[in-house]
Amino acid sequence: MKTGRVFGFGDSTFVALENLDLQVDDGEFVTVVGPSGCGKSTAMNIAAGLLRPTSGQCLVDGKAVEGPGPERGVIFQQYALFPWLTVRQNVEFGLKLKGVSAPERRRIASHYIGLVGLTDFADALPKQLSGGMKQRCAIARAYAVDPQVLLMDEPFGALDALTRVRMQNQLLDTWSRERRTVMFITHDVDEAVYLANRVIVMASRPGRLQEIIEVNLPYPRTDEIRLSPEFAAIRNKVWHAVYTRSGQSSSNKEE
Amino acid sequence: MATDQAVTAQPPQPRALLASNLALGIISFVVGIGLWWLYSASGATPLPGPVQVVQRFGTAIANGQLFNDMRASIVRVLTGFFLGIAIAIPVGFLMGWYRVARGLIDPWIQFFRVIPPLAIIPLAIVTLGIDEPPKIFVIFLAAFLASVVATYQGVVSVDKTFINAARVLGANDWVIFTRVVVPASTPFILVGFRIGLGAAWATLVAAELIAAQSGLGFRMQQGQLYYDLPVIFVSLISIGVLGLIMDRVVLFLERRLTSWQERVEH
Repeated sequence: MKTGRVFGFGDSTFVALENLDLQVDDGEFVTVVGPSGCGKSTAMNIAAGLLRPTSGQCLVDGKAVEGPGPERGVIFQQYALFPWLTVRQNVEFGLKLKGVSAPERRRIASHYIGLVGLTDFADALPKQLSGGMKQRCAIARAYAVDPQVLLMDEPFGALDALTRVRMQNQLLDTWSRERRTVMFITHDVDEAVYLANRVIVMASRPGRLQEIIEVNLPYPRTDEIRLSPEFAAIRNKVWHAVYTRSGQSSSNKEE
Repeated sequence: MATDQAVTAQPPQPRALLASNLALGIISFVVGIGLWWLYSASGATPLPGPVQVVQRFGTAIANGQLFNDMRASIVRVLTGFFLGIAIAIPVGFLMGWYRVARGLIDPWIQFFRVIPPLAIIPLAIVTLGIDEPPKIFVIFLAAFLASVVATYQGVVSVDKTFINAARVLGANDWVIFTRVVVPASTPFILVGFRIGLGAAWATLVAAELIAAQSGLGFRMQQGQLYYDLPVIFVSLISIGVLGLIMDRVVLFLERRLTSWQERVEH
């Protein structure tokens, strides 16, 4: 069970995140959405252990987060694949660090490479992959070290809209087969509602939790669901929460 | 599942284009030699013409002089160069990784970088004698100074995201250094090698002009002393050709070891 109770982060001149009190349950898929400057990336980095909170703490499974580690996998927006390693070698990277034997590494890596649908490109270099494929490789790499939690920082932000939809479906498919707790940061309201069972809306200046909206739609998510009135209703609710409730409209200029 | 489109390899250069580049090169070369021949045959200059130079090449090869000179020069430059990079790599890594090391060592490097290694020769001769050591030393200095900067720049420029990704996967500092920083900085280091080898070669020739008893630079200086102009040309051309070959070798190595990089050209 992942419990995140994160309190403020900031230095004397800038408060990036103020008193975030958030709890995420095991196996949930929560998305965090909000305008830029709302501290969503900060919150994720604290959960990942890449940033230290200036006050309070983040607990995962009852234990405080001290630093980054394979139990809290991270998917970065810029993929962060090691360009000198092939897909397979990237996926095996974390396993090698754990001291897993070579045949076992190969087996595990092949499993996850297959899970994300990259089997045909297992021996390709990242420079030969498209953006969507690179991100899938990153997902396989995170999965390979058996994380409890997956933290994803706007992973589809650099992809075009069509690829993004494909990747969302692919991600949900992977997640349904190998269930993990997921915390997914995005600025795209549609994406936030489509993927999640719970949407965390954050506001900016200062960065803080604004509202939590339940998404009572069934999995697996399909095109019908995406186009259904129930989806639209929830989506509109989130939209308002993000853009109008806090007094900011979508036409507000963020510097 | 929709089909994946992998990024295709670079478009192949059409045969015609390659051939025309080669043709242009040959034409330019032939014209250049022709002009040289005309100029020397006109009698307006004491410089030898291409025919004389080729003849001199012939004699130098026949009596083994050219081979000996080349061997002497190459041995010197490679000794100095490999010593230079052998020290530059660990020092560069140390400087890139530890801010304290960088702060301590950098001022010295920045200072000596602007002194031509040649200017150190008188000091080197006085302290190290008149045989090989002073020449090797200044060559080493030239190669070292060029490569150490490239190495620590390489370490410092490694994308932070790679390091974060490795930390998340469970890497400690040592693993991050050996399995992430080293491969990621290899392109920079190899460029440093090319620059270092170029600097080493230039320093070698000058060092041989001043303080040698063998080698291509020495042969040129002898040519000046005894007014043997063809041998100066022979040495010059040999220096150019050898320098070019060595540079291409490092370039080839660089291409092979960094083929994983996404390049803009080609």
